[in-house]
Amino acid sequence: MAEPLMVVESLSKHYPVSEGQYGGRTVGYVKAVDGVSFTIEKGRTLALVGESGCGKTTTARLVLRLRTPTGGTVKLEERDVHQLSGADLKWFRTSVQAVFQDPWASLSPRMRVRDIVAEPLVANHRVSKDEVRERVGVTLEKVGMQRWQGDLYPHEFSGGQRQRVALASALITEPRLLVLDEPVSALDVSVQAQVMNLLKDLQAELGTAFLLISHDLATVRYVADHVAVMYMGSIVESGSVDQIFETPRHPYTRGLFDAALPTHPRNRTEKLEIKGEMPSPLNPPTGCRFRTRCPQVMSICETVPETIEVAQGHRVACHLFTPEWS
Amino acid sequence: MSLDQPMGTVNDVPRTAPVLEVQDLRTYLYTRWGTTKAVDGVSFSLGSGETLGIVGESGSGKSMLALSLVRLTPEPAGKIVGGRVMLNGRNVLDLTDRQMREVRGKEISMILQDPQQSLNPVFSVGDQLAEAIRVHDRDLDDKLIHERSVDALKSVHVPAPERRLKNFPHQMSGGMKQRIVGAMAMAYQPQVLVADEPTTALDVTIQAQYLRLLKDLQERTGVAIIVITHDFGVIAETCDRVAVMYAGRFVEEGPVEQIFDHPRHPYTRALLESRPKVDLKSTRLQSIDGQPPSLIDLPIGCRFAARCAYAIERCLAEYPPWFEITEAHAAACWRSEEVPWPSP
Ligand SMILES: Nc1ncnc2c1ncn2[C@@H]1O[C@H](COP(=O)(O)OP(=O)(O)OP(=O)(O)O)[C@@H](O)[C@H]1O
Ligand SMILES: Nc1ncnc2c1ncn2[C@@H]1O[C@H](COP(=O)(O)OP(=O)(O)OP(=O)(O)O)[C@@H](O)[C@H]1O
Ligand SMILES: [Mg+2]
Ligand SMILES: [Mg+2]
Repeated sequence: MAEPLMVVESLSKHYPVSEGQYGGRTVGYVKAVDGVSFTIEKGRTLALVGESGCGKTTTARLVLRLRTPTGGTVKLEERDVHQLSGADLKWFRTSVQAVFQDPWASLSPRMRVRDIVAEPLVANHRVSKDEVRERVGVTLEKVGMQRWQGDLYPHEFSGGQRQRVALASALITEPRLLVLDEPVSALDVSVQAQVMNLLKDLQAELGTAFLLISHDLATVRYVADHVAVMYMGSIVESGSVDQIFETPRHPYTRGLFDAALPTHPRNRTEKLEIKGEMPSPLNPPTGCRFRTRCPQVMSICETVPETIEVAQGHRVACHLFTPEWS
Repeated sequence: MSLDQPMGTVNDVPRTAPVLEVQDLRTYLYTRWGTTKAVDGVSFSLGSGETLGIVGESGSGKSMLALSLVRLTPEPAGKIVGGRVMLNGRNVLDLTDRQMREVRGKEISMILQDPQQSLNPVFSVGDQLAEAIRVHDRDLDDKLIHERSVDALKSVHVPAPERRLKNFPHQMSGGMKQRIVGAMAMAYQPQVLVADEPTTALDVTIQAQYLRLLKDLQERTGVAIIVITHDFGVIAETCDRVAVMYAGRFVEEGPVEQIFDHPRHPYTRALLESRPKVDLKSTRLQSIDGQPPSLIDLPIGCRFAARCAYAIERCLAEYPPWFEITEAHAAACWRSEEVPWPSP
């Protein structure tokens, strides 16, 4: 096993919900992230998958220090990132970078590409103009662009190229960890492959670890080493990409794979359908949160299931696998 | 009028009789920068009970094609400048606006790409369904309209339909909104349903539910469906036939299994090979470099040639005609015979 880079333990973020639209008495909490633990290994990719609203982006924001957790810790190389200050903060900002979904919204339209790419570098380091120019040039080449393209503005690029610009900007400080929130879902099919290949090449070359957020299982299978499946703020199953895709255990994971569209018309199947929709996060089911949609629900599911290790590194939070039932 | 009742006509209509025949359709958009040839000579036909998938990348003209079929191209830029859209033997393009309003919903319906566009945020679901029903049945009283609205919601399996009628769009999930839009489109049992990216905004589990629902509706009513998508997964799950669109034109058309097993156009093949697979660990994806040409300034030859690994000089000089591979399968490529089959 590779060395751990980031260790997340019992991480939670509860958002207060107020009475009226514009404030007032707090009437409850949305448990956007509720007791999530995972480890990201050096130079490897952990994917977070799950349906809309399950807490993927909130987890990313906590990891990036863009939100303060309600509970739990995020440690980068054994240092609690939410307790950092001074020079340590600079260290964090150059070690962890992010690329978000929308290549149209995330780049400032009035800045030249070379200034966009240079920003994380000049914000955190004292570097000479010549050095900045050189680093920008090298980084643009790394993401498959040409140096002169640094003179252009974002609107002069296609979606795939803009995503390359965003990647270059995230990579210029040579971060240890890159958080990728749906990095290809806004791109065209023919371009998605380019960006995914690029991500894999960059990881092999630079040894950067990725936290990949995606709702597309095929993308995850292609890029990830480890997978964590989230449902309503919690991780219901995690393991290596092979464990999750070849021997999924949790009924939710199995349902997700079953719902995924076939790669060939011959593989159309009767689906083991997950019924209904995700319950309101304001009023989540007690016990196992998936029980209202679970095809294998039992009476014990009204209690919270423990997380069981069913094989080495393969964990499932489901009563089907607790000792007294299996 | 519930969709739950089987319709007598379904079994009487032979599956092969085309309900829709599109011939050399051209829709151009006149903009400040020039003329965008969004749909530039598209032909196909569709039998009842059949599902045709139209797949292609962003900007290839899929939505403009779909909007042309129901005559809802954007005003004032969009103009249908040529071709015919024969629906039940009548050219839809010759109808007056008033006649077209009658046809829309009753003979052909469309689910727009963005469900937000089909739902007005300031009216309740009930008001909007009532409005859609009044277009065709002006004289119904409120009680009958209410009954029909409830039936329409039941037909798309909306739980607690009575309560839903009082909801406003912002109070519903994306999947629920998509169902409501589907209920409105199917309320009058049209013979043709055009669904533009019906599930892109939905989660996988909800997407699976919705595609199943479209199949159910088709089995019950015999509606012919055109599914527009950029996702070959949607095609694999739902379609009988596939047309691949590139820069305003179809470049390949054929039965779904043949397209997946033996694509004859390099673009189709490249698209299929560029997809990662859920059921197989791929080592490397094939990517397609470059971008589609501008629809304002199109090359004379094959529109894909600049990005094509198989392009020869002829491809740049002359637009390729259709080459028939089997009776139902054709590709517009000079080298269609030579394109290797994709790896399994
Ligand atoms: N600032 C906030 N205040 C209140 N609730 C929030 C806030 N941000 C997120 N939430 C809620 O937290 C839950 C998790 O949201 P999050 O954005 O993390 O989901 P996600 O998994 O990224 O979804 P998607 O796939 O749609 O991006 C949702 O129920 C969301 O409505
Ligand atoms: N209202 C409009 N005015 C002018 N040009 C338009 C308008 N809408 C679309 N276009 C142009 O028409 C062409 C075809 O667009 P269309 O929306 O049909 O593409 P599409 O295949 O549906 O793409 P997507 O997959 O992104 O939905 C594009 O070049 C687009 O820029
Ligand atoms: Mg998100
Ligand atoms: Mg479109």
